[in-house]
Amino acid sequence: MQFSVLVETRLREGVADPEGATIERSLPALGFDGVAGVRVGKCFRFTVEADDEPGARAEVDDMCARFLTNPVIEDATVTVEAGVAH
Amino acid sequence: MAAVVGVVVFPGSNCELDVVEAVGSLGGEGRLLWHGDSSIGGVDAVVLPGGFAHGDYLRPGAIARFSPVMQAVQEHAAAGGAVVGICNGFQVLCEAGMLPGALQKNAGLKFLCRPATLRVEASDTALTTGVEVGTRLSVPVNHFEGNYTCEPHTLAELRADDRVVLRYVDNPNGSVDDIAGVCSAGRNVVGLMPHPERASHPLLGSTDGVPLLRSLLVTAGALTA
Repeated sequence: MQFSVLVETRLREGVADPEGATIERSLPALGFDGVAGVRVGKCFRFTVEADDEPGARAEVDDMCARFLTNPVIEDATVTVEAGVAH
Repeated sequence: MAAVVGVVVFPGSNCELDVVEAVGSLGGEGRLLWHGDSSIGGVDAVVLPGGFAHGDYLRPGAIARFSPVMQAVQEHAAAGGAVVGICNGFQVLCEAGMLPGALQKNAGLKFLCRPATLRVEASDTALTTGVEVGTRLSVPVNHFEGNYTCEPHTLAELRADDRVVLRYVDNPNGSVDDIAGVCSAGRNVVGLMPHPERASHPLLGSTDGVPLLRSLLVTAGALTA
């Protein structure tokens, strides 16, 4: 079976995010007031082949732990659904 | 016989020749090693130089750690051999798990390229043998992601085991505890953000990197302290 995967990585809570802070400070200049908690991350979309959804999720979790994130400073949320990523 | 320092070239490395030149000027032999080879060819010490290995894609060092040569570098380190990661090389060592912690974007989000004053904090590592604790050195930094960070328990361990090798006197990038360089528990693997090879000749404006590179040659077995 094919599964469509979305991995979103971001700096862990408590790790300073200077990029997010800079964006947050810039928003009021464009009239966007009241925005708080800006965090910048990356997202990855891809398709994996697996027997079932737990199998796909286990594979992606392993991928995150060993490659897509640096666990010292980042964590990830993983979304898996049947189908092909696009 | 001159100690041979292998300098690993990854696609995107750009400080390898500077290291080879500096090592040669101090009486050692610098030898380029290709990242795709599975051997380090019997060199006495290894340097992972600065640059942008594999384009720094994903994260600096994240892909370089899978280069075939890294297995041999890990084995060299496990056997007690000296391995020094400079700048991008430090990032590679952290990603490879050969040193603890990680390097994130500079606190001020500025790319920093200027001399930094360092304080030597440990004098028994591959990079600081015979350099007195407290010595101040002016060595250039050249990085965007040099802000060292680690878990609080890791920091406590580094401090307790005296594994902070170099600190910034005036922290330029937000590094935790002003850390500019750390070493492994065996003290033979050292990572630092500043570039000692860029402070190795009067023409470069500073020779303060010389004691560090000389220490590496001493560790590698060619010179006496």
